[in-house]
Amino acid sequence: MSLHAAIRKRLPHFELNVELRCAPGKLTAIVGPSGAGKTTLVRLLAGLERPDQGFIRLGETTWVDTGRRVFVSPRKRGLGLVFQDYCLFPHLSVRRNVAFAAEDDHRVDELLRLFGIRHLQDRKPSAISGGERQRAAFCQALARNPSLLLLDEPFSALDAATRETLRRELKELKTSLDIPVIHVTHDLTEARFLGDAIMPVVNGCITPDWLERQYAPCLGETSGSPA
Amino acid sequence: MDWSPLLLSAKLALLTTVLIPVAAAPLAYVLAFFRFPGKSLLDAFVTLPMVLPPTVLGFGLLVCFGPNAFLGGVWEDFFGQRLVFSFSAVVLASLIFNLPFAVQPMRASFEKLDSRLLESAAILGLSRTAAFFRVVLPNCLGGLAAASILVFAHSLGEFGVILMVGGSIPGETKVASIAIFEAVEALRYDDAFRMSALLVPVSFAVLLIINRINQRNA
Repeated sequence: MSLHAAIRKRLPHFELNVELRCAPGKLTAIVGPSGAGKTTLVRLLAGLERPDQGFIRLGETTWVDTGRRVFVSPRKRGLGLVFQDYCLFPHLSVRRNVAFAAEDDHRVDELLRLFGIRHLQDRKPSAISGGERQRAAFCQALARNPSLLLLDEPFSALDAATRETLRRELKELKTSLDIPVIHVTHDLTEARFLGDAIMPVVNGCITPDWLERQYAPCLGETSGSPA
Repeated sequence: MDWSPLLLSAKLALLTTVLIPVAAAPLAYVLAFFRFPGKSLLDAFVTLPMVLPPTVLGFGLLVCFGPNAFLGGVWEDFFGQRLVFSFSAVVLASLIFNLPFAVQPMRASFEKLDSRLLESAAILGLSRTAAFFRVVLPNCLGGLAAASILVFAHSLGEFGVILMVGGSIPGETKVASIAIFEAVEALRYDDAFRMSALLVPVSFAVLLIINRINQRNA
């Protein structure tokens, strides 16, 4: 099921005004500087905030339509969200975190094995590394077989080596998931590596020029003279 | 010396401590996380027993618990006993009087919880009630413990409200604070001293425990 959303929301310093589409098995990377409205966009898609105007549709299902006063709560959207700093339940073991909303134990075992953290299943989140926590957070988000996966800068709190490993794992995973994946990042390299489409957001608006401006200095340095 | 007032105080404090989370924890949860019209009214109403003179609250409860009042009448119809001047009335009054002393620390503890844990629970499909039991309570046990211990200590020393709704019936409503007051009035200072000497270290120990819990949760 494809995601199609067109949302407007008044924020303190600007208006977020974005339209995005993402097909199953594809990853749309939303890039932009800090404070551009990227995280608000994820929160709107998740249902944690309400837009002033617009709609969000996943396939035939309408989650939000301000014109028809439709708003489906996050509980009923059946999506997965991975936060920047994991946000695992600190009182539960890794396994119980993953199983928190899972429908069956086989799925939990499968995910723990897939992400290579089965041996850590009895530990609390505080007793594992940042990379392992983020793997656990991915398992938790995927345990309900979500219809949409939202990633809010999931690798930004990790060291370079772990970040690189997880990026590669996510790239392999995204096609097999067969759901739309929205990945928010401020890292252009990450967006280019993972994204099937890149959507630059600056001050709440899609700004393709920003992407070109970011690349321009690099192009200048590497090209030297015109080819 | 008659030790029954001390035992009655201990029984009252234990019952209040065990029962109060049932009312206080959901109220604290609602006040901490929900937005609704009239929230500040509810907040003020819950906090009222903290600022009212105990005799005023006691008088109000005495009227409500009377056989001609709605609450007292329903109680009598249901249990076949008069509510006012009974141990049940004392427990009910103690619960109402202690409500803000439990709600405030619980609410503070809930508000310290990372709100994204609740967002995460919602995204994982949990209702707000389920999130309360599966996320909020297990992560705020320190705050709940501090609130319960504070209520225990507070219940041990209750006087005005208890006297108004319970009177001073030996073995039924005559708790330690009332017995101490009566001993002083009757110039039985030895009895008053012995009972006070027991209450002071208990209250002191309770405060020490609360401080330890608060330090651990800080």
